Amino acid sequence: MNLSKFFKNTFLVMLACLVLSACATKKVQNQMQGDVYTGTDTVEYLASGVPDRVFFATNESVLTTASRDTLRKQAEWLRKNSKINVVLEGHADERGTREYNLALGERRANAAKDYLMTYGISGNRISVISYGKERPVDSGSNPLAWSKNRRSVTVKAN
Amino acid sequence: MINKIKLSLVLLVIAISQSNALIEVDITRGNLDPLPIAVSPLSAEEVTEDNLTKELKEENIGQKISEVVENNLKNSGLFNPLNKDAFLQKPDIAHLKPRFEDWSLIKAQALITGKVTLVNEKLRVEFRLWDVLAGKEMMALAFTTVPSNWRRVGHIITDKVYERLTGEKGYFDTRIIYVAEEGPKTKRIKKLAIMDQDGSNIKYLTLGNELVLTPRFNPTNQMVTYLSYFRNLPRVYLLDIETGIQEVVGDFPGMTFAPRFSPDGKKIIMSFAMDGNSDIYTMDLENRIVERITNHPSIDTSPSYSPDGKFICFNSDRSGYQQIYVMKSDGTSVKRISFGKGLYGTPVWSPRGDLIAFTKLHKGKFYIGVMRNDGSGERLLTENYYQEAPSWSPNGRVLIFYRETKTDSEGKGFSAKLWSIDLTGYNERMVKTESDASDPSWSSLLSN
Repeated sequence: MNLSKFFKNTFLVMLACLVLSACATKKVQNQMQGDVYTGTDTVEYLASGVPDRVFFATNESVLTTASRDTLRKQAEWLRKNSKINVVLEGHADERGTREYNLALGERRANAAKDYLMTYGISGNRISVISYGKERPVDSGSNPLAWSKNRRSVTVKAN
Repeated sequence: MINKIKLSLVLLVIAISQSNALIEVDITRGNLDPLPIAVSPLSAEEVTEDNLTKELKEENIGQKISEVVENNLKNSGLFNPLNKDAFLQKPDIAHLKPRFEDWSLIKAQALITGKVTLVNEKLRVEFRLWDVLAGKEMMALAFTTVPSNWRRVGHIITDKVYERLTGEKGYFDTRIIYVAEEGPKTKRIKKLAIMDQDGSNIKYLTLGNELVLTPRFNPTNQMVTYLSYFRNLPRVYLLDIETGIQEVVGDFPGMTFAPRFSPDGKKIIMSFAMDGNSDIYTMDLENRIVERITNHPSIDTSPSYSPDGKFICFNSDRSGYQQIYVMKSDGTSVKRISFGKGLYGTPVWSPRGDLIAFTKLHKGKFYIGVMRNDGSGERLLTENYYQEAPSWSPNGRVLIFYRETKTDSEGKGFSAKLWSIDLTGYNERMVKTESDASDPSWSSLLSN
């Protein structure tokens, strides 16, 4: 009897641990889908409801559904504010060689530029610069920090 | 600085006795048994009792030169300089005729002696290398230079000793150009810096107002090519470190980066990125003619010529991920050479021609390694959390690279430092710099 009670208690404690750890994992995953950042704590806004940046998976320059949504909002805002030009700043995380990351940042910023252009924004209004891994927003050395740093940021040029 | 580079170095060969050398240092294997060598302080000889001679004695330049030599020999990992306290013979007498029994008693196998004199305000340095066991002189040389060049004299002596004992050119009378770093990771300030191979004589070449990256020496002169974000336009620049004159060379309608000189120093090879695609181009520095070398929708970057100029190794993700490729210098016959597990970057051709050094990323670890120029014989020399960008010593025996540490959960504890390692995988050591440092590039020998 005592023994079964012991087992029962142990089981309850273990169950509690599982639930807690699941919560902890879920909290991180809430800010990442796969290894793409989906959180908002580093995001700034060009205008109300117009986020300034999109995020990428490791080694990728493919735009996610969320990124395309953000860029459509930016395109709409740029159509309304036709005198504003922008610079797209492409970035990579710190887990790659410097020179390759410069090229990767350029590729990411251009993926965003191409998308803005398909939504009617003239290429003359958009310039592109890559910072590679030189300008992280989060100086941490962990997957979440890296996901925030793999980004293309749209910045007003004038 | 200009004076130091345009060093008027008169090299006088007093006598080279080609005695049957018993001492030989094998540098092709990891050396776990470095050669015991005694570096006797160079004695100061009085010719005239003028002020300069007094200064020479007071500053003890002879002692200081011998310390430079000792430090170089120790850092090479091939020699074990013995403690001077145990030396029985006085420096000036040892230089004339060593009592070999005294030196073999303290287990020295080789002995360096010398003396310094001031002649017409010039520093005259004489040194001899002795084989203690055979009881013979192996080499005797004398140099004349300006007194402020005493450190370089120490490096040149080391080069001569290294060459005599290993049969290969040394790498001590050389410099390293690198990027000095400071400030938080998110707002890092970077400056071009140059120093002697042993970390002395650090000089900063830019002020840190704009981001600068990846400086590389011209193998034939004192020019440097690097990437600067001047006016927020990332472009390849050329810098003459004697005159300080800078000019943009990669003034293309987009980012130019990853520059390197051709082996004859006449061209710069670099990447040019436009519309999301990076390809490799060359620019002839005499007539400014630009040639496109690769034309592929993938990223092509980090190009490096073979020492004969006939081939180029480079980094491309045309297979889906970063790998190393080799092609003819006109861009034809492209062949992938890296096939191991993981990603490969920063290929750089050895000055000896037979090997390519690289950075490898596999399962969250970074490695510096070498492979033959056909991709066979891959050998990883060192593993770490983050390290990349190897650069060869001019004799192709040592690699210098940079290493970064992991930050903690609050983003603290970051550092970037220069490290070197022998091609054998032994003798890994940090190269001390005043500040954090990255992107090292090794110069050619300043004198031969």
